[in-house]
Amino acid sequence: MSKNKINGGCKSGGGKNRERPGEEDLSLFSSARNKFISRRDFIKGVISSGATIAALGYMPGSPGLSRARAASPGAVERLISLKVNGRTRRVDVLPQETLAMTLRYKLGLTGTKLSCDRGECGACTVLIDDVAHYSCTTLTHSVRNRSITTIEGLEGPSGELHPVQKAFVEELGPQCGYCTPGQIMSAVALLKENPHPTREEILLSMSGNLCRCGSYDHYFRAITRAAQGG
Amino acid sequence: MITDMMTPFELYQPSRVDDALALLNRYDKDAWKLAGGNDSFDWFKDRIKRPRAVIDLNGIAELKGVRETADGIEIGALTTLAEIARNPLVRQKYGLLADAARKVGSPQIRNSGTLGGNVAQDTRCWYYRDGLPCHRAGGNTCYASRPTSMNREHAIFGANRCMAVNASDTAPALVALEAKMVIRNPQGERVVEAKDFFIGPSVDITRMTILTPKDLLSAIRIPSKFANAQFYFEKVSDREAFDFALVNVASATIVKGGVIEQSSIACGGVESVPRHLKVVEDVARGERQNDATAKLVGQAAVRGAAPLNYNQFKIVLMQNLVARAIRGA
Repeated sequence: MSKNKINGGCKSGGGKNRERPGEEDLSLFSSARNKFISRRDFIKGVISSGATIAALGYMPGSPGLSRARAASPGAVERLISLKVNGRTRRVDVLPQETLAMTLRYKLGLTGTKLSCDRGECGACTVLIDDVAHYSCTTLTHSVRNRSITTIEGLEGPSGELHPVQKAFVEELGPQCGYCTPGQIMSAVALLKENPHPTREEILLSMSGNLCRCGSYDHYFRAITRAAQGG
Repeated sequence: MITDMMTPFELYQPSRVDDALALLNRYDKDAWKLAGGNDSFDWFKDRIKRPRAVIDLNGIAELKGVRETADGIEIGALTTLAEIARNPLVRQKYGLLADAARKVGSPQIRNSGTLGGNVAQDTRCWYYRDGLPCHRAGGNTCYASRPTSMNREHAIFGANRCMAVNASDTAPALVALEAKMVIRNPQGERVVEAKDFFIGPSVDITRMTILTPKDLLSAIRIPSKFANAQFYFEKVSDREAFDFALVNVASATIVKGGVIEQSSIACGGVESVPRHLKVVEDVARGERQNDATAKLVGQAAVRGAAPLNYNQFKIVLMQNLVARAIRGA
């Protein structure tokens, strides 16, 4: 929605307030107190209040549908802020929405892949507070106050590849490439925690990411290269 | 690619145990307690379980962390498996649990999966998980015990209408360590032994633990009885990562001068509960820790096993794992 359109909407709503400064916003029924209500005003009032009532069900924290829920401790609002790749993004999230869904279909970050959608393959791996997680098995609502890093967030200030990405390119890491974003995120998580891993530590840390092309050796060499500084 | 979503539910993210208990009290059977979510979301995505309200426990700080107590340690039920595996206190004195936690799933699963979720997880019997109307799901048949059933992963002990096994890796470790489970509900708090926490089909065929819909597993207490004992954990599965155990074994043994003074041992993957091997403890007590004793207890451990068509191998596997555990390697 354009900025003009939003402003335009506000202006028509605020018109009456300018006429009666200090008075509360008028609803359809309180405006009936006005003896000189015109036919046009009346119809406008019916339309706008009807629209408001119809829209209530879709509004987060609105009365009506979700009144009982809003009163409970721990009930969630649908419109939330997410910290993704260093930016704060406002997004409308369903209660049952997984982080993978939000990233791919609400925020357009399609670098994060969905493969099994069951926490059994690793293609959807992202970092939550620098720790690797399956985003298909994480509720978006549970990461509201955490810092999320996806494959898109690895690039440097001038758009250059992350050292792990460079190493993956150098070692011809991917074959089909579908599992690669997840593999890279796991590798980045490992090297953040342990910059000089042993062979066993690399194999263990990467054991949560499957590759159906079987490029495991390539990935292993790439991570070794990245750990040695490229 | 799967592009559909879970069916809608109401989501609650309380920050206090009392709020969570109030929600459990209100929704009762319609509530689902969410810990790491690794198992829960599979159920929801497959439409097999459709709770009305999901209560996400991850925001409750008092359910997390490892604390030292007068007699041992207390671990919050929402502590992640990764944290338990690297916690210095657990590793130093109760390494058995750290070893078991390290064997669960994959690194990402351990980063979100919790101890409470791991012990309270449902069984992996795929007939049941596919939504078939078996005994456990409220029906009147068992699809795993027919002549042609694929029951390689199923029980060799204690089957009663249901052949499903407990798939947890940490559960046998907790039974071996004689852990105590702290359970809270709107009426108050109770503490039960780990071996009584898990229940078989003869007690209630629809549940794996004594937890009722209003119960919340809040903490696990490990007494210092077996602190720094000789520990052994081994898990045998088809794959190193992701997979559940075919059979696993957890043991704590106190050895003095080459003689087994006391031992505590449990096996997973062979029964609907972690199988506490009392007979092994009795046979091993006072014996020298050697191959002969190991062989003896291995044989004693599998006595009475009743395998199905495709899981006879579990008898030999369990026998060898128990022998190794008592021998210490």
